[in-house]
This record gives sequence, C-alpha cells and structure tokens, in this order.
Amino acid sequence: MEYFNIFVKGIFIENMIFAYFLGMCSYLAVSKTVTTANGLGLAVIFVLGVTVPINYLLENYVLKEGALSWLGEEYATMDLSFLSFIMFIAVIASTVQIVEMAVEKFAPALYGALGIFLPLIAVNCSILGGALFMQERQYVNIGEASVFGLGSGVGWWLAIVAIAAIREKIKYSHVPGPLRGLGITFIICGLMGVAFMSFMGIEL
Amino acid sequence: MSESLFSKKNMKLIKDPLNDDNPITVQVLGICSALAITVKVETAFVMAISVLFVMIGANVIVSLMRKIIPSRIRIIVQLVIVASLVILVDQVLKAFVYDVSKQLSVFVGLIITNCIIMGRLEAFALGNKPGASFLDAVGNAFGYGLILIVVAFFRELFGSGTLTLPVVGKIEILTSLANNTGYEHNGLMILPPMALITVGVYIWIQRSRNRKLIEENH
Repeated sequence: MEYFNIFVKGIFIENMIFAYFLGMCSYLAVSKTVTTANGLGLAVIFVLGVTVPINYLLENYVLKEGALSWLGEEYATMDLSFLSFIMFIAVIASTVQIVEMAVEKFAPALYGALGIFLPLIAVNCSILGGALFMQERQYVNIGEASVFGLGSGVGWWLAIVAIAAIREKIKYSHVPGPLRGLGITFIICGLMGVAFMSFMGIEL
Repeated sequence: MSESLFSKKNMKLIKDPLNDDNPITVQVLGICSALAITVKVETAFVMAISVLFVMIGANVIVSLMRKIIPSRIRIIVQLVIVASLVILVDQVLKAFVYDVSKQLSVFVGLIITNCIIMGRLEAFALGNKPGASFLDAVGNAFGYGLILIVVAFFRELFGSGTLTLPVVGKIEILTSLANNTGYEHNGLMILPPMALITVGVYIWIQRSRNRKLIEENH
C-alpha cells in the first residue's frame, strides 16, 4: 500500500511539472505535437525509473554520513554528502549514455522513437530533481525509491502529453499577438497547475 | 588585433539579454528555477547571485578550455565544471545564509541542470574568447535575475503583502491595509501555478511593447 501511495503521490500530488516546475525547459520546447511529447515523456519515465534507484544505492552506500561503514570501522564517520551533486549528475549523464547505446543496439524500434530525446534528458532538471528529492525525503528502501522515480516519470509524461494536446488545438484559436506561442503556453500551464492543485492533501 | 572590452559589440552582449534576447522570456532557458523560488524577493535575489557566479565561472573556464575539450564528451566535461562550481555555491550558502539555503532546498543543486548555463556554454563559450564569454555570462545572468526579481516582487507583494529584501529585511507594505480595511491577500499568488501566469503576463507586456518578438505562427 505504501508503494501505491508513493506512486500516486508522484503522479498527481507532487507532480514534477505542476508542483515543482522541474523539466520546464524541455517541457515547453518539445510540446508542440503529441507524438514528440509522448516520445520524450516515455524517455523521461524510463530514465527516472533507472537513475533514481541507482542514485539511491549511491546515496546510501557511499555518500551519506556513515554510509561507508561496510568498508570497515574507520570509515564509519565519513560524510561525503557534499559530493552528491557531482556524483548524481555523473550517474545521470553516464546512465543516459549507456541507455542510449543499449537501446540503439537491442531495440532499434524504440531507439527510433526515443533516440533524439535521450541525450536531451541528461540536462532535464526533472531527472536530477528526482535524485535530489529522493535524497531529501529519505525513502526507507530501494523499492520505495524506484516507485517514486517511476511515479514522477509518469506524472511528467502525463503533463507533457496534456499540454501538447492543448497546444495542438490552440493553433486554431485567435490568440492576441503578443501572447501567441510562449505566453499563452505559460498561462495554460498555470491554469493546469491550478487544476492539479485540487489533488493536494489527498492521502491514500 | 585586440578589441576594447567595452566596444559596441561587447556592450550588446550585456544589453541584449535584458530585453530582446532575454534568457527566460525569449530563449526559453532556465525556467524551472525561475518559477520555483520566486515566492520571496530575498530568495530570488540569492538565487540570481548564485547563478551569476556559476555562469561567470563556467563560461570563462569553458571558454579557456574550448580548444582542448573533445566535442564528443563536451557535455560531461561541462557538467563537471558546472557541478563543481555549484558545490562551492551550495557550501557557501549553507555556511553564511542557512535560512535562505533551506528555502532554496534542491534548487541550488538544480543550477547544474539549469538550461541557461548549459545553453550559454554550448551557444557562446565554446566558440568565443574568455573576455566576450565573461560579458555574455554577466548579461544573461542579469537578464535572468531581472525576471526573477520582478516576478518575486509581484508574487510576494500581492501574495503575502510584504517585501523581504536582502540586508534590509522584511518590509510590511500591504499588511496594515489588510488589517484596517478588510483587504485580503491573494493567497493564490504564493502557490506554484501563479508563477507561471505571472511570467506569462510579463511576456505579454514585454511583447506588446517590443513587437518584433511576437511569434508569427506557433
């Protein structure tokens, strides 16, 4: 039940886009059509689902205060947490690289769909944000961390597909000149955020 | 053939990002952090300074190394440079302004993936001399800081009726009005969605004054 709770929370209540604005840049840049938005969204689910558990292990067995105690008594007081930014981003960048190569080799069809988006994802803030939130919230085991990663990914995917669908339709409406494009997208996104706020405070 | 540091071309590097080529409202870079930390003017200010520092450092270092960075692994090299600078900023903030650092929470770390920094490194520092890259960094960081502070000003003023300025501290502006006349603060302004709408309105105003920025057909 705890897993389900974290999953749903990640999708709706603590949605990466509407509650924390993470990954906004690619969110706005790649949401012109539903197909590309869908591709990027799936790639984000995938990468978040992979990197959050890896970073969880890194955090708990290397970086956290006392995490190195498995190496021996003298390491028990070591605190490497100041290195977490650089370690997390290194893990993310290399995972993305490896994932890209693996997908290209073993699933060419998937690579065709996700290919161009994968390198973009290394600098998508929602991935690093996922790792940092995981660190801040201190999940008790790797299962919870993975479920959190997947849930946030699904939330991001949902948000980008939704805005892409709205942007496809808004092409046909008469938007005032200065608001056209970026401006109206911001405002729609804000209104969607208001809608998503109604999920706030739901406990499962 | 050296160019003076304040030639016309170089001044343009500083001025353009403030309006015509603003990183947030025109280049669409660095939005995530711009929206999340604009609840108070003080946090916005600290964030803007941190970004200024990281940008100048990263732009100058990458520009100095631009001839020896192999282009295949340049993203990782850039990320490492930026990440080291961000660790510095994070430790300094934790040591000197702990409260603000708590409020910024993960967003200091997220300066690493702030697209504004990566974007300028890719678009400018990799192909220009350190001096010009320095000015480009200053200009873009100011353009970013400008939006941050404007958005934070309106959100804090209407959301909680105060202005929290660095050094000066908290100034209560609308609170007495609220106590005496039944004026209510618009609590919605503090919530995340209004940040998006405030930036949207900023873009609307900016583009209606500067009509060459209007998008033809999106």
